[in-house]
Amino acid sequence: MTILAAVVAIGLMLWNESGVARATFGLRFLIPSLQSAWDPVNDRYQAWAFIYGTLITSGIAIALAVPVGVGVAVFLAELCPPWLHTSLDWLVELLAAIPSVVYGLWGIFVFLPVVVEPVGKLLESSLGRVPLLSLLFAGPMPASGSSRLAAGLILSIMILPTIAAVTRDIFRAIPDAQREASLALGATRWETIWRALIPYGTSGILGAVILGLGRALGETMAVTMVIGNSIESSPSLLRPGYTMSSVIANEFAEAVSKMHTQVLVEVGLILFVMTLLLNALARLLVWRVARRSTMEVRA
Amino acid sequence: MSVVRSASLLVSAAYQRRRRVVNAGMLSITGLLTLLALAPLFWIVGYVIARGGRSLNLAFFTQLPRPLGMDGGGVLHAIEGTLLLALLASAFAIPPGLLAALYAARHPNTPLGVALRFATDVLSGVPSIVIGLFGYALIVRPQGHFSALAGGAALALIMVPTVTRTTEEMLKLVPHSLREASLALGAPEWKTSLSVVLPAALNGILTGVLLGIARAAGETAPLLFTALGNERFEAVQILTGAIQGRQGIGQILNRLFEQPVDSLPLTLWKYAQQPYPERINQAWAVALVLMILVLVLNITARVWIATRARRLRG
Repeated sequence: MTILAAVVAIGLMLWNESGVARATFGLRFLIPSLQSAWDPVNDRYQAWAFIYGTLITSGIAIALAVPVGVGVAVFLAELCPPWLHTSLDWLVELLAAIPSVVYGLWGIFVFLPVVVEPVGKLLESSLGRVPLLSLLFAGPMPASGSSRLAAGLILSIMILPTIAAVTRDIFRAIPDAQREASLALGATRWETIWRALIPYGTSGILGAVILGLGRALGETMAVTMVIGNSIESSPSLLRPGYTMSSVIANEFAEAVSKMHTQVLVEVGLILFVMTLLLNALARLLVWRVARRSTMEVRA
Repeated sequence: MSVVRSASLLVSAAYQRRRRVVNAGMLSITGLLTLLALAPLFWIVGYVIARGGRSLNLAFFTQLPRPLGMDGGGVLHAIEGTLLLALLASAFAIPPGLLAALYAARHPNTPLGVALRFATDVLSGVPSIVIGLFGYALIVRPQGHFSALAGGAALALIMVPTVTRTTEEMLKLVPHSLREASLALGAPEWKTSLSVVLPAALNGILTGVLLGIARAAGETAPLLFTALGNERFEAVQILTGAIQGRQGIGQILNRLFEQPVDSLPLTLWKYAQQPYPERINQAWAVALVLMILVLVLNITARVWIATRARRLRG
């Protein structure tokens, strides 16, 4: 009961505490605009820059983590020899256990200079010259490498275990008859996986992806440490940005006015509603696959 | 027509070879992807051990931070703070977590049971920074100051879903015959739950608590505006001072809980953003200690679960 009450209370609190901000700014707060106003001194606020930052970094993360995560899940559930699979299962889960600040620290001092910087420079000089695509890949990239791309890459590492572990459980919940039928028809193992298992588990895999997306949207510390934290009008991936969670983390404790606090809570409310909807959807999908089998799958 | 064509395709040697190649190729790609996915784990763990190991020494565990620009000093305040917060969070999280798990495991298909499981899942998906906002509004603002209490309450909300879910899984492993035997002897439902089912699943419940603590100990975001941080926090000093001064328990608890505290992840976050090399070095050492703490808790819990589940399944 307390747990139910806690979820409801969080929602109510966010709603109440952002009342004045919602009344003052209305929908203008959310509308996309190139030049988002965020001016705590004069109390003028628009949240689009943060919403965009959150969506684009989570988008990069999903685009990279889904193919890799599903591949890992296939390997763990279908191909891995038994002596290897317990230890691999464990390693994937330990990857999820590393605290987010540790990812952030590693991100600042190792990942940014070693991976993000060269990749960013390469993208800038190749895709950055192609018309249209140059919108997303326009330079110049900051020398430190702090950028939306960096945040997206770190996020993809962080949500990979979630996607891989849930998808693996989905595969394990698929009845053996499904595999045997396909193999008996002469299909190769890959054809079985691709044509018989993945279609069977699609909604569950989708659930895993959405679950990973929910995690990416809410992730705070590691993103705050590598994204550069500046409100940029350029939509480019190679420029620094800001996300909803990192603006709360950076500004809430030092909010200058009552309205400033209120709008930050409103940003929190948007984030809460987004993750709530995504989570509900993901559980529904995963649960639907699991219902058809005797095995329990819970994300 | 198309049947004939596909039949001839099926027998054509080239097609068969292509199928074999695709099969082998795709299967090896999944293996490579697994390697790729695990690479960051080894990279991070290895690098943190190498960098953090250099800055670890005894002072790191036994001293408070020195003023900026001075070498040496430690993070005793953060270690004590983490322990205190974990203790508080456990105290808040375990009772409701246990009760919810008992109910959900006993009545999995009642509306309340389904709602409970759903709420647990949703709570585990709420961004931790939002939990921080909640803790701020719930405790910090009414009280007018940041405190360990608020930090502990926020971390408890992070812990509850983990505790509930693991406990529930473990309770499900308790054989039905045990519960039925107790009921057949005339024990009421609540007594059966408390004195038969719960003890049988005790090990599993402890694992859930361990996993919960591991999760909470690594969290930073919920503490940013609840526990805030406090470089002068020294629990041992407070305790010895209180004992010498013959203060009552209430007073001691008050002094422990009512002031801001630091924790390891919070310290790491602050140090990582400072331009002083000695602070950066300490940040790596903090990362090492934190990582070892979290991984050891996780591994212990998982070994425990694995052996336990094997024994119960027979």
